[in-house]
Amino acid sequence: MRIERIPAVEPVSRLIEEFGKLPGIGPKSAARLAYYLLRMPEAEAKALAEAIIAVKDKTVLCSSCQNITDADPCAICSSDERDHSIICVVKEPLDILALERTGIYKGLYHVLHGVLSPMDGIGPDDLKIKELLGRMNTGAVKEVILATNPNLEGEATAMYIQKLLTPLGVQVTRLARGLPVGGDLEYADEVTLTHALESRREM
Amino acid sequence: MAKPRVYKTEAIVLKRNDLGEADSIITLYTPNLGKIRAVARGVRRPKSKLGGHLDLLTQSALLLAHGQTLDVITQSQTIESFLPLKSDLRNISCALYMAELVNQFTVEGAEHYPVYRLLLDDLLWLCEARDSDTVLRHFELHLLSHLGYQPELYQCLNCKSPLAPERNLFSASGGGVLCSKCAGSEPATRPISVDALKVMRFLLSNSPASASRLRLGRAISREVEQLLRWYIRYILEREVKSLEFLDHLR
Repeated sequence: MRIERIPAVEPVSRLIEEFGKLPGIGPKSAARLAYYLLRMPEAEAKALAEAIIAVKDKTVLCSSCQNITDADPCAICSSDERDHSIICVVKEPLDILALERTGIYKGLYHVLHGVLSPMDGIGPDDLKIKELLGRMNTGAVKEVILATNPNLEGEATAMYIQKLLTPLGVQVTRLARGLPVGGDLEYADEVTLTHALESRREM
Repeated sequence: MAKPRVYKTEAIVLKRNDLGEADSIITLYTPNLGKIRAVARGVRRPKSKLGGHLDLLTQSALLLAHGQTLDVITQSQTIESFLPLKSDLRNISCALYMAELVNQFTVEGAEHYPVYRLLLDDLLWLCEARDSDTVLRHFELHLLSHLGYQPELYQCLNCKSPLAPERNLFSASGGGVLCSKCAGSEPATRPISVDALKVMRFLLSNSPASASRLRLGRAISREVEQLLRWYIRYILEREVKSLEFLDHLR
């Protein structure tokens, strides 16, 4: 006779199921996380729950740069210390964090929330390209830096946007492509080396 | 003798899907193994040794290690990066369409050298082609032919009599052309002009080198394009997604 299997109690199995929806979390990891939370001090668990609710309730997309923000317009767009004549176009909000870490970029940003990916059916209308064009109307923008990833889809997206912006009389630039710091020349691919040679600098 | 842990192959990158923090699952088309999917670790990091050699639409020489579910790419070296093609948005979208067709028409692990050769030759042709539409039509027809869907363009599907130089009917369900007398014998048909029939015959029987001499008028180019799209849509039973962007650029 088969014995009926008893699953985890309902609140726990619900939590396991929810964790299982996160990227990179399989059923085993989801169960481990759920039981870890059960052992956590109540205050910490509540803080986590509140943080999850707050991230959905208190964030919006900045109406200007489309970055995720808690105040619209966001801190960067409303800052007087930033240069409002330059916009750097990136694929996703995380790219802004990377560029901000450099500390040398003083302009504004624009988040596309994706790149053109014809094979996945992602076209221009699925990205925040219209919003970018809308920002050109004021005439305050002098330069747009295209900082999409240096792969085929990123390049295609940059080329597409460049075609739309150039007729508007804005200077369009692309982040330089070349050898990474700490990299090894022998492992560099031909495309990277070609770009690195073409945009070499006098020392 | 134990199975070797690693193997070498050349391949063209058809698709890349993100996996975890910095890895990708790469769909490759190879000459002797057909379509395979493999993991490339860390390719999305700027300092990756593999990254630049595994961008979409790159032909690379690879070393792969057998993995539990998916094999792992351990070394890669670019053979051909199709650089001239990648500096033009229209050509990129044409090449992506070709890659998507190969990806949709083939199954993993089924070897088919002629398809690899066709993809390679037509991508090289696209790099220097003046008319990318001709390349796409050539590619579509030859791909269909290699995969067993070559349309019958010389005799009527039904009565087997040679086709008269007049307006005939193209049947997607039958995979070929019907003469005007047999028009009612197949359900899904569209009219096909004499010129369109001739263009398709010419493209099917010629290599890129000789097919590149073909100059097509706008109307005839559109007719062949629409017919083939419709036929491919019928066989695949789903949309080819990259067509939308291709049309958007027109």
